[in-house]
Amino acid sequence: MRRAVITASATAAGVVLLLSLKPHEPSRTAAISSAPAEAATGSSAPPSAGSGTAGGTRTVTGSAVNTRYGPVQVKVTLNGSTISKIDVVQYPTRDRRDREINSYAIPQLNQEAMTAQNADIDVVSGATYTSDGYTRSLQSALDQAAGR
Amino acid sequence: MTAPVTHVEHVMGTVFSFTVRDPGPRTAATLERIVTRLHRIDELFSTYRPESEISRLGRGELPLTACDPDVGWVLDRCAELTAETDGYFTATPGGRLDPSGYVKGWAVEEASRALRDSGSGHHCVSGGGDVQTAGGPWRIGIADPHRPGAVARVVTGHDLAVATSGTAERGPHILDPHTGRPATTLASLTLLGPHLTRLDALTTAAFAMPTPLPWLTTHNIPALAIHPDGHHEHTPTFP
Repeated sequence: MRRAVITASATAAGVVLLLSLKPHEPSRTAAISSAPAEAATGSSAPPSAGSGTAGGTRTVTGSAVNTRYGPVQVKVTLNGSTISKIDVVQYPTRDRRDREINSYAIPQLNQEAMTAQNADIDVVSGATYTSDGYTRSLQSALDQAAGR
Repeated sequence: MTAPVTHVEHVMGTVFSFTVRDPGPRTAATLERIVTRLHRIDELFSTYRPESEISRLGRGELPLTACDPDVGWVLDRCAELTAETDGYFTATPGGRLDPSGYVKGWAVEEASRALRDSGSGHHCVSGGGDVQTAGGPWRIGIADPHRPGAVARVVTGHDLAVATSGTAERGPHILDPHTGRPATTLASLTLLGPHLTRLDALTTAAFAMPTPLPWLTTHNIPALAIHPDGHHEHTPTFP
């Protein structure tokens, strides 16, 4: 077993693995800029033409995922293959408690997701907190972005 | 190079995630089989489901002989680990039948084995923060128990399993079986090794010990302890 340690001080969490998301199915031509237009929302900027490996800035909206508290849906902004922003377009706000939880939890999930990507970590040991709806909607957005 | 295949599954009260870096024609079907199996393991072993075999066995409503063979097999492995850890690992924490401390790591390692059997030599499986990798290198962050969402250390390795127990997310929840009280010696404890099943159980056991580091050093297990005051301590074999 070969091992090495790199010490780092970065933010990351259970959603980390999602951020190395690539298409579910192998796709040999899957330069991310070749993602189909129907995957993008109306507000998306078109991918830059003629680039085989990187697109421009565009947004992809994930599926609305039903959780026991209500639907959760995220929108991902990509710069090439890098996530530059994750917006939560829908989350449970049935009552005050929902709103309180989400006003705390969603920014935190976003921060974790973003910094994990920057830290280039594949997975985190010891982080079990995760939002099922958030991760599933994020995954579906990234699946679409990757050309499925 | 083909793109990695990833899958995320909400099961056993947590999130399991899979990344296969060398997907082949059998990968999708294998993942489907693994996920079905994980839900089956949950049905058998969940202590949150009153109708699970483990719950019925614990209440004395179902004899062990009538249980799925996996139940007896798991309880035998638990008994071995209890002996090996001077009683610090137990399938009856708090006096109630609950082999969860074994089952999750076992489920993750079994999933990795199924992927290997399907021809993958380069994948990562995580179940609620316990990780089994094949091939590599994989960069595995170790959650910082004092800063939610942050990583305290990053370990890079091949064919590596990483298990962490801690109080950060669920509070003090691991009982010292000898006192019946929650273990609070450490904020978190991370062990490294080749196989997650044993590693995960040893992490739970060592976390409950009053002085885990000497025990882990004696057993030659690479370990990182993060103390409640934030300082790090590791065994000589921790990289």
